[in-house]
Amino acid sequence: MLYFSRWKVIAILLSVLVGILFAVPNILPREWQDILRERTILRPVTLGLDLQGGSNVLMEVDRKEFTNTLITQQMGDVRAALRTARIAYKLNRTPNGVTVQITEAADADKAYDVLKGLTQPIDTGLFGTGVASSIFTLERSGQQFTYSFSESGIEARVSRAVEQSLRIIENRVNGSGIAEASIQRQGRDRIVIQLPGIGDPDQVVKMIGQTAKLTFQLVCESQPNAATDNPPPDCVSYPMKEDPQQNMWVQTSSAATVEGGDLQDAQAAFDSRTNEPIVNFRFNQKGALRFGKLTAENVGKPFAIVLDQQVISAPRINEPILGGSGQISGNFTTEEANTLAIVLRSGALPARLIPVEQRTVGPSLGSDSIHAGAVASVIALAAVMVFMLIAYGLFGIFADIALIVNLLLLIGVMSVFGFTLTLPGIAGIVLTMGIAVDSNVLVFERIREEWRHGRTALNSIETGFKAALATVLDSNLTSLIAAVVLFGVGSGPVRGFAIAHAIGILTTLFTAFTLTRLIVFWWVRTTKPKEVPL
Amino acid sequence: MFKPIRFIPDDTKIKFMLLSRYGYFASGVACLAAILLFVFVGLNYGVDFKGGTVFVIRTEQVANLDELRGKINGLGFGDAELQEFGTGGHEVLIRLPAIEGGEDVQRVVQDKVKQVLGAGVEYLSIDVVGPKVSGELAQQSIMAVLIAIIGILIYIWFRFEWQFAIATVMSLLHDVLLTVGFFCLIGIDFNLQIIAAILTIVGYSLNDTVVVFDRIREYLRKYKQLPLADLIDVSINSVLPRTLLTAVTTLLALIALYIFGGEVLKGFTLAMIWGIFVATYSSIFSAASLLALLGVNRDAIQIQPSGSKAAAARP
Repeated sequence: MLYFSRWKVIAILLSVLVGILFAVPNILPREWQDILRERTILRPVTLGLDLQGGSNVLMEVDRKEFTNTLITQQMGDVRAALRTARIAYKLNRTPNGVTVQITEAADADKAYDVLKGLTQPIDTGLFGTGVASSIFTLERSGQQFTYSFSESGIEARVSRAVEQSLRIIENRVNGSGIAEASIQRQGRDRIVIQLPGIGDPDQVVKMIGQTAKLTFQLVCESQPNAATDNPPPDCVSYPMKEDPQQNMWVQTSSAATVEGGDLQDAQAAFDSRTNEPIVNFRFNQKGALRFGKLTAENVGKPFAIVLDQQVISAPRINEPILGGSGQISGNFTTEEANTLAIVLRSGALPARLIPVEQRTVGPSLGSDSIHAGAVASVIALAAVMVFMLIAYGLFGIFADIALIVNLLLLIGVMSVFGFTLTLPGIAGIVLTMGIAVDSNVLVFERIREEWRHGRTALNSIETGFKAALATVLDSNLTSLIAAVVLFGVGSGPVRGFAIAHAIGILTTLFTAFTLTRLIVFWWVRTTKPKEVPL
Repeated sequence: MFKPIRFIPDDTKIKFMLLSRYGYFASGVACLAAILLFVFVGLNYGVDFKGGTVFVIRTEQVANLDELRGKINGLGFGDAELQEFGTGGHEVLIRLPAIEGGEDVQRVVQDKVKQVLGAGVEYLSIDVVGPKVSGELAQQSIMAVLIAIIGILIYIWFRFEWQFAIATVMSLLHDVLLTVGFFCLIGIDFNLQIIAAILTIVGYSLNDTVVVFDRIREYLRKYKQLPLADLIDVSINSVLPRTLLTAVTTLLALIALYIFGGEVLKGFTLAMIWGIFVATYSSIFSAASLLALLGVNRDAIQIQPSGSKAAAARP
């Protein structure tokens, strides 16, 4: 038990050295850290947002609105298809789909063929190999047809919307100049956005969450009026940006609409005459063509620029706009114009995202926490070390050496593998100090027991290690179960704790089984003790 | 080299099995009290589980809690809870409940609060948790504690015998229950950090119990004729120094963390400190003696091969 082959000694010392090397970048000056990060795998530990300050935002797809939009689209498709086929019908919106009542019984079979074609399949599988499934399933009973959502179809659409949103949000965040943001998918319908150094995320969250669906639509009536007026056919009323009390009726048919998804570029600028902030935009070829056609056919009429169901402005078309570029003005502040340009460039989100959780730590609390955590760690370390020294003398020194190596390994592993150190993580490290010496306490107590039962010094040490290490393994593995569960189920700060604690348990096992034994082995070999100094 | 100081005398011969009668009584009363506290007082759930908004602010002048409370309650978002954060009187924690109207409206709260508090206030942290997320977090936390306990049950069952597993889990539940009761009593914010603390206490308590059980198993193989009660007494006595010394080193680290680790970790550290006491108590006074009540199949222990343990037994 106490014998170490040469290669084993080398392996142990090498792993300890490598581990310590991993921890070194944490005490180097900033410039050195950057150089190391670029050229090697060495890096300082990543600080969590609670330590460096910043904002953590969890956004969720607004399923209700998302499915509503899908139903509206489906209703539009049904209308168009049946109208083309010259079939009389009545449409009804239900909470999870659409019902279609065909007026003439004779048309029902024909209608079925038409309506069947509108359950277009979409790919749900990974890498395009999956089974196709459609958003809606169609059921027929006589003249009545019912579209209802298929669970897998909706899931696939939500999932795709999240994927698209990730890219769009990334563009928006990068576009507004926020450094080192992290944007990740979480679960089926959520996105986690981490914004280091952002103390007031309000502006950013509003920008990220903005759907930014821009359309140019012809106006039904030239004057904005109240919503209670008789609705003109195929028109919808949106509030005006300048005065949300006022509504404007705009046309909804696709012939009277140009979508902002066809934008190629958008830039904030100032109007050369009024010096007011505006947004210049340019269509792509397809958009430019459509926009040109629409404006050419409607010279003299007003058209509404609609952003997220709000009329930003409704200028009159003075002449056909054939070049494919134009400008949006609407009493913007400079900041509003900037944000609008960014979100227009990045494109519209396929679904509305709502913030369901938002945690922000200001920079001063972050640095207070680092300071407090460091002070507490040093004091805890000193207290434990002194106690071990008093309780176990020479063996206490062995334990203290092992403890320091243990902590360095813990920090090294966390640094090099890029685990995030949070404030609860610091608590996990401090707790590791208290618990790490337990392995030594177990061994030392056992050695002492054996010695007092009349064994020789060497024999006691050997048996002590052998018996106690089995217990060390058992007790640490059970603790590890709790830590792993905590990591798996927990979120955010709790995970930070679980990681530090779990790695602490592993490094404790390592030092207990190798380093402490090695030190005692050297001591036994050099001093040939006749007594156990415990 | 100076001689180490023995904090725990050698060869203690404390009759733990006799004491365990009082131990059961004390544990029973404490658990009952914890349940009553939980039912009638309840936990002070934080935003993590209840949803809502928490601000930690720093004011230029010493903060006047009543004035702040008046301003915020005037907004009509429900009753604000205010408490001093740390010492010095400049930092205040403000808690507002989740408001009606779903996920989207929660952010209105912070806009309005910022307006009403005006300039001269630094926002150290703001947490907004929607009703949906808080519900999930509560569910996940209960799951976490259950999964951990079941995982441990299975591990102990494999490594020892089922009686050991039952006794372990009983004492774990005891520890968790008393910790929850403690939090009902002192009314500190019950949040995700406390769940982390509870799981860590579970880990620690287990650690302690496993050490005692390891020793019991070893002695079961060695002293085949010794009555179980006496054997358990000897086992607890022989690991007693370790149990207490480890509790001391862990407490030293935790107390340093409590005093110097800053305001944010106070709840976590307090839970841990309490948990170490409870876990140490239960591993000495109840876990092993429960084993005596359940009885142990000594033949199974003899047959079960375990190389390292068998080798460790003295000839």
